Amino acid sequence: MKFSVVVFPGSNSDYDAFYAASRVLGEQAELVWHKDTDLKGADAVILPGGFAHGDYLRTGAIARFSPIMSAVTTFAERGGPVLGICNGFQVLLEAGLLPGAMVRNDRIKFVSQLVPVRVEQTDTPFTGACQSQQVLQLPIAHGEGNYYAPPDVLEQIEANRQVIFRYTNAAGELAADSNPNGSLNSIAGICNRQRNVVGLMPHPERASELALGSADGRAVLASAVKFVQDLRASRPQDLAKA
Amino acid sequence: MKARVYVTLKPSVFDPQGRVVADALVTLGYQDVQDVRQGKFFEVELSDADPATAKARVTEMADKLLANPVIESYRVEVLQ
Repeated sequence: MKFSVVVFPGSNSDYDAFYAASRVLGEQAELVWHKDTDLKGADAVILPGGFAHGDYLRTGAIARFSPIMSAVTTFAERGGPVLGICNGFQVLLEAGLLPGAMVRNDRIKFVSQLVPVRVEQTDTPFTGACQSQQVLQLPIAHGEGNYYAPPDVLEQIEANRQVIFRYTNAAGELAADSNPNGSLNSIAGICNRQRNVVGLMPHPERASELALGSADGRAVLASAVKFVQDLRASRPQDLAKA
Repeated sequence: MKARVYVTLKPSVFDPQGRVVADALVTLGYQDVQDVRQGKFFEVELSDADPATAKARVTEMADKLLANPVIESYRVEVLQ
């Protein structure tokens, strides 16, 4: 299968994602410049971490005007799997492809550490190879990862099982001191209603090999591989290539 | 024609930056500081518009880009 990784000016985890997809998982991967208008035959799209457009105005706010974003939106609307990691998650929020918004971390600090993240739902293209309630050790590195949604929206995304990842302690239990940034309901990642667009603040691609401190993140990208294989097996005539 | 846009976090959204600034002011000796809310300020220059049109257009801009309506509210002022 093929991963297309979008490169915005200011992306800095683009190559990490490219490396994890191509060298670790052995799949096809291509970097796609934000001024491109097609996704080069992607089966799955990754919006990587970094500081797209310098995070000017608000994190992710300018990236939604990048020419590639209309192709990403079309791909997402057709059901194509889209993963936003960290800044990529912020871009998806600003683009309206995911509900809610990010505000500054509650303790103001930029947090860069390995944290336990619990998989809440496995019926998305990026968690299908994980176990439900599995605790992954994943790195976070952000100053603005404090997830917020108005009460009615928060209630809806919980009711629709759109919370995909939560910050927990190592035992997988919710705890105030295991929430690194003040996110409502300890939310680390969510999906859209159709479940094909997933955003998370932790960096699975930076935890794809033991040499990096954890290989737990590999399961997130491996889920996409499984998703595409299953899709091909069930609907060989209906390959929605971008 | 010039318009000013003031963007602030909605009252229901916690403002960590404003809180830190408030704490710093108290540390400086301003014991009467209760809270600070930090925001953004924009000056938008427009060509040829009457005040009503300018206000409508800048309000639209604030809605679409300058503010994120999920977390922020804004106020538009048109300068005569």
